[in-house]
Amino acid sequence: MTGRWERAYRRLLRAVSLLGFLGLWQLLTALRVRAWVHFDQLPTVVDVAREFRQRLGTGVYWQDLGDSLGRILTGFCLAAVLGVAAGVAIGRSRLAADLLGPVLELLRPIPAIALVPVAILVFPGNEQGIVFITFCAAFFPVLVSTRHAVRALTPVWEEAVLTMGGGRWRVLAQVVLPGALPGIFGGLSVGIGVAWICVISAEMISGDYGVGYRTWQDYTVVDYPGVLVGMVTIGLLGHLTSSAVELAGRRATRWLPRAEQAAERGASGRRTRGGLPFGRALAPAGAVRPGTPAGGTPVAGSAPGSAPGAESAAGDGPVTVPDSVTHGR
Amino acid sequence: MTLSPTSPTTSVNSAAAPPGSAEGAGLTLRDAVLGRPGAPVLSGVGLEVRPGEVLTVVGASGCGKSTLLRTLAGLLPPLGGEVTADGRPLGGPGGGRALVFQEDGLLPWRTARANVELPLAIGRVGRAERRRRAAEWLARVGLAGYEGRLPHRLSGGQRQRVQLARALAGQPRALLMDEPFGALDAQTRAGMQQLLVEVLATTRATVVFVTHDVDEALFLGDRVALLGAAPDAPVRLFAVPRPRDRAAHETPATAAVRRDLLQSLGG
Repeated sequence: MTGRWERAYRRLLRAVSLLGFLGLWQLLTALRVRAWVHFDQLPTVVDVAREFRQRLGTGVYWQDLGDSLGRILTGFCLAAVLGVAAGVAIGRSRLAADLLGPVLELLRPIPAIALVPVAILVFPGNEQGIVFITFCAAFFPVLVSTRHAVRALTPVWEEAVLTMGGGRWRVLAQVVLPGALPGIFGGLSVGIGVAWICVISAEMISGDYGVGYRTWQDYTVVDYPGVLVGMVTIGLLGHLTSSAVELAGRRATRWLPRAEQAAERGASGRRTRGGLPFGRALAPAGAVRPGTPAGGTPVAGSAPGSAPGAESAAGDGPVTVPDSVTHGR
Repeated sequence: MTLSPTSPTTSVNSAAAPPGSAEGAGLTLRDAVLGRPGAPVLSGVGLEVRPGEVLTVVGASGCGKSTLLRTLAGLLPPLGGEVTADGRPLGGPGGGRALVFQEDGLLPWRTARANVELPLAIGRVGRAERRRRAAEWLARVGLAGYEGRLPHRLSGGQRQRVQLARALAGQPRALLMDEPFGALDAQTRAGMQQLLVEVLATTRATVVFVTHDVDEALFLGDRVALLGAAPDAPVRLFAVPRPRDRAAHETPATAAVRRDLLQSLGG
């Protein structure tokens, strides 16, 4: 039962953190504090909340939201597929590394948002340009993480499949892709974050509709509560999409030995069967996981309201015979 | 005690082999140079592994035991000379020669069952049949009830059992084992040796078993191959007087071979 109390306690702490932030903001703006920084022009939390509620009732708000989501999902999904494909190719084939590597290494340092002029020239409309910029933003983190993850795979796994008579495609499907998944999801996590930055910036520069476009429009007409509603919306959408990626990553890499690590970290020993419902995190935030290759970003951070503590990952099957029963017979 | 490669030995696992199991492969190296391109580890290797026998390989660490095994598996093409299976040159990995690794050879994202099913899937065995045979093999290595476990939820000894089941599920004609019990504690290791003997009695596969433990080599092998410390030292072969018999441990004949082996390893 300690697990339940600990969870409730941690939820409380998180709520306190959020409420404390909002309270401080309300206090500083309502009292019109002018120290070295000025809070007297900034809308109060109450102003922003009022504006937010009012906008939720308008069709424009939802159209902006839908447009931005459509752009980021298109760009991000393209980046995920092509980033993984290119990363695997470069990681596995010297020919691909020689052919693709130099061009990609030249393009990589260019901030995606700096591609706006190119996008305007090349693409027939704004829409494709924004998707292209979002794609570029997310593509490189995915590519780099995938490449590292593929190169860091234990050779024994591939050798095992080869000696069983498996061919190239078998190795790719049964060893390379599953083995690289933890690293790939690290890249996807970074990618979705950068993609939001770039889709909003691109919309601010050249969009028709979209949350970024609306936020900038509100700024040009000095509608500060509107600007802040835009920012809150971006924050919520970003959080939602990153959480979705995190969750997908945890579900796809259930096989990582997390439970033992969590136990070592002194977290609660609550055990749950595999096949957890959606919305439950399987690992405490920031757990370092073996299988995440050097250089790859570990899938870290936990979803809001996630269950802390040691929940055993998949494989905690119904059988609970102690090891000693069959161990070393 | 050094014997010529043609001296007669008895092979227990050809006598009790069940019908239908594949005949063991004969593996031969002639004047072979082994290693990675540009970095040969062994040269002038001559060795004949007879069909159905258990050949254990000992040698100082770094002498090329694993290289020899990876060459026989087809993972490392020979840099020179000739390496054949049943008289035909090895054409790469596969070909009914299964490899068991020291540790971490299981795919960690696959359950014990899915790991054992893998060679069957590669061999295009149907799903239901795959599942049946995997369950059967896991039961044979004493892991009934553990089918759904992921490797990290198994002990080291259990993981090696799954590896053994996986290797044998594909009905290989040769089983190549690279210090499979080297990472286990002494008690678990003794149990695994016994299990291996029992399981091997039901197959006719040729076994090449690399170990650094002379007692293990003398217990499991029909013959023991000793790799010299020098890269071009000839492989020396020792016949085991009473293979797979624990009681033979103290007999003078076995003790003499052990003494000879230990002396060669020490020098």
